[in-house]
Amino acid sequence: MELDPLLLSRFQFAFVVSFHAIFPVFTIGLASYIALLEGLHYKTENPVYLKLSKFWIKVFAIVFGMGVVSGIVMAFQFGTNWSVFSFSSANFLGPILSYEVVTAFFLEATFLGVLLFGRDKVPKGVHLFSACMVALGTFISSFWILSANSWMHTPAGVEFHDGIVHMTSWTQAIFNPSMPYRFSHMALASFITGGFVVAGVSAWYLLKGRNPKTSRKALAMCVVMLAIATPLQLVVGDMHGLNTFEHQPMKVAAMEGAWETRTRAPLLLFAIPDAANETNHFEIAIPGLASLILTHSLDGEVPGLLEVAPEDRPPVGIVFWSFRIMVGLGMLFIAVSLASAWQLWRGRLYDSPRLLRVLTWMIPLPFVAVLAGWFVTEVGRQPWIIHGVMRISDGVTPSITGWMALATLIGYISVYAIVFSAGVIYLRRVIQAGPDPIEEAPDDETARPKRPWSAVPFKVDDAAQSAGS
Amino acid sequence: MELIDLTLIWVVIIGIGIFMYVLMDGFDLGVGILFPFAPSDHARDELMNSVAPVWDGNETWLILGGAGLLAAFPLIYAVFLPALYIGVFLLLAGLIFRGVAFEFRFKAQARKYWWDRAFFGGSTVASFAQGAVVGAYIQGFETEGFSYVGGAFDWLTPFTVMTGLGVVAGYALLGVTWTILKTEGKTQEWAFRLAPWLLAAVMGFFIIVSLWTPLAHERVMERWFDNISWLWLFPALTLATATWVLWRIRQRAEASPFLGSMALFALFYLGLLITQWPYAVPPEHTFWDAASDPGSQLFLLIGVLFLIPIILGYTAWTYWVFRGKVKTGEGYAGH
Repeated sequence: MELDPLLLSRFQFAFVVSFHAIFPVFTIGLASYIALLEGLHYKTENPVYLKLSKFWIKVFAIVFGMGVVSGIVMAFQFGTNWSVFSFSSANFLGPILSYEVVTAFFLEATFLGVLLFGRDKVPKGVHLFSACMVALGTFISSFWILSANSWMHTPAGVEFHDGIVHMTSWTQAIFNPSMPYRFSHMALASFITGGFVVAGVSAWYLLKGRNPKTSRKALAMCVVMLAIATPLQLVVGDMHGLNTFEHQPMKVAAMEGAWETRTRAPLLLFAIPDAANETNHFEIAIPGLASLILTHSLDGEVPGLLEVAPEDRPPVGIVFWSFRIMVGLGMLFIAVSLASAWQLWRGRLYDSPRLLRVLTWMIPLPFVAVLAGWFVTEVGRQPWIIHGVMRISDGVTPSITGWMALATLIGYISVYAIVFSAGVIYLRRVIQAGPDPIEEAPDDETARPKRPWSAVPFKVDDAAQSAGS
Repeated sequence: MELIDLTLIWVVIIGIGIFMYVLMDGFDLGVGILFPFAPSDHARDELMNSVAPVWDGNETWLILGGAGLLAAFPLIYAVFLPALYIGVFLLLAGLIFRGVAFEFRFKAQARKYWWDRAFFGGSTVASFAQGAVVGAYIQGFETEGFSYVGGAFDWLTPFTVMTGLGVVAGYALLGVTWTILKTEGKTQEWAFRLAPWLLAAVMGFFIIVSLWTPLAHERVMERWFDNISWLWLFPALTLATATWVLWRIRQRAEASPFLGSMALFALFYLGLLITQWPYAVPPEHTFWDAASDPGSQLFLLIGVLFLIPIILGYTAWTYWVFRGKVKTGEGYAGH
């Protein structure tokens, strides 16, 4: 078998970025939740908020640590595997990524230390301020990285000549057409992810009859937030879709499984797209609905994939199905959130074991939805690395051979498997231990080195053992 | 833009940034290299605690270095990383393993030795890879236009193995003099005994590399043996500094061996820049060839000039908070 360095580099990037993405998508939402808890405790002095905050800070520290370690790899992937793309777009991407480091990474690093270890060493106001700065840092970071990513989908503010991107307008490039939609969609996704994890863990405690007071408070806070955020995400997602329809119609055609350009285009509930024969099998469709959603008119025209040559089309199957997984899960999130809010309003949420069980099952699903969403947008951008400007095959590092790409792909998978299985086992143990019902022993604070994961006072022999074997 | 040479400003900024990284991560990587040779498990706890509060701040400079190169000198980014493809993977894998070793070692009991090895192995591999990058920079890169066209292991030559080992020895020297500064008792005594040998090793590598480089590269030969006689001040200063460091170690001084070792690194670094100037991607491309558009350099410069002093202030504050000796009592407190 011939090893294709382009394909293997794409696999490698997809692997390292997917692996990395699940950590920040959780910490962005969780950082805001912790800041809110700290703020409420500052204002009300209610110890429930303090206990919740202390517990979720422990979880935050582990997940943030894994996000940082996997993030360092990302800073070098662009150069090792996509050097032509990096070199071509450096005039824009270089300053944007550098601004992410100097405005966000240092802010997070600084105030995370104070948040984790400074509770008894700085005034309460400074500690609350630190929690807010960590939350702000996660948003600033996602602002820059989503600006860079959105620009690859909807490039603006630049001229492209002699194979190099040259800036014409920084504001147009940073706030490129898809940036506000992608940023809003992703920020909401982070809140929903954080919300379902906190809600699911709290529901699990309630089912076990543990920490009822703190768990009820946490669950109620999350359910109210989710009941607002999940329907709002439907609206924002729709706007993001319309923006994509305007700028990247072939991505939408792949999402819809639309081959022919037509009016009264149907919405496919099920189909097996067949790229070779340019058709779908086993279609189950609602007539006219795609036209209605995308153009707000039954007679609106929806372009099909046949508009462009086969080499200009994204891979249909993966985009089509990832989109259905994302939307399906989004609908499930709305249903569960509204049902939970309804029960909460009736005062029956804490005594609804079936609903609580459903909430615990939800924990992994937002991560699946987020990754599916990223597959839709990133695979849907193919065959372009910068939409309409540079093809992915033109962006790959020319000196990479198939075996080099394969060796590092296997290498990254192995390293991540060892390191992160240890981390995940550790995280499970923290959650199983739960929030401390009594005040923590005071010497805990001094007997540990001031590192993020050291905020978690447990042994990790189990984690180490499984990682080592 | 004719009045201000932005590219030159960026050479200075990136130069300082990389040097900051080398010094700061240098001593904590060095502590990792020394790890298995420490006299006791207790000493290992002390070694790790001495760098635990600061190491990840130190590594943030590496990310800034990567992103800064992409912004200011994209050609360096786009040639070095493909050329060092396998080396970069080893560097990152090493940094990941030693990074998590900090977190896991202090919590694991039965499996502690496993994370000791990860800490040592990760630190050593990462240091060697960085040294090989320096060697590869001197050696030059096979490019066509703006792309690297050489092979996967062009960077791995006897010369780069020599510079790789040189940096391992150099970081170990920084680590051991840092240990002198931060510990007392038996651990410090061990560091005092080890330091002269590491200093000798570093100077040995320095002399070998200094002779090898001009003999192997005509460009370097011309630079040093042509007509600019004041350049010879640098090797002279290097030898003088090394002698001073040795003298201070013999005197059992605590701070000056570390400061002197940092000064040695500064002199090596300046020597390297003199050797390579003005080439960013030798043998063909200068820093000016490698530069991004002036508008992009300026856009980032404004933010960096404002933010770097704040970052430096925070860093200095952290070191101040964790000043003094590592506590020799029980527990893992690094303060």
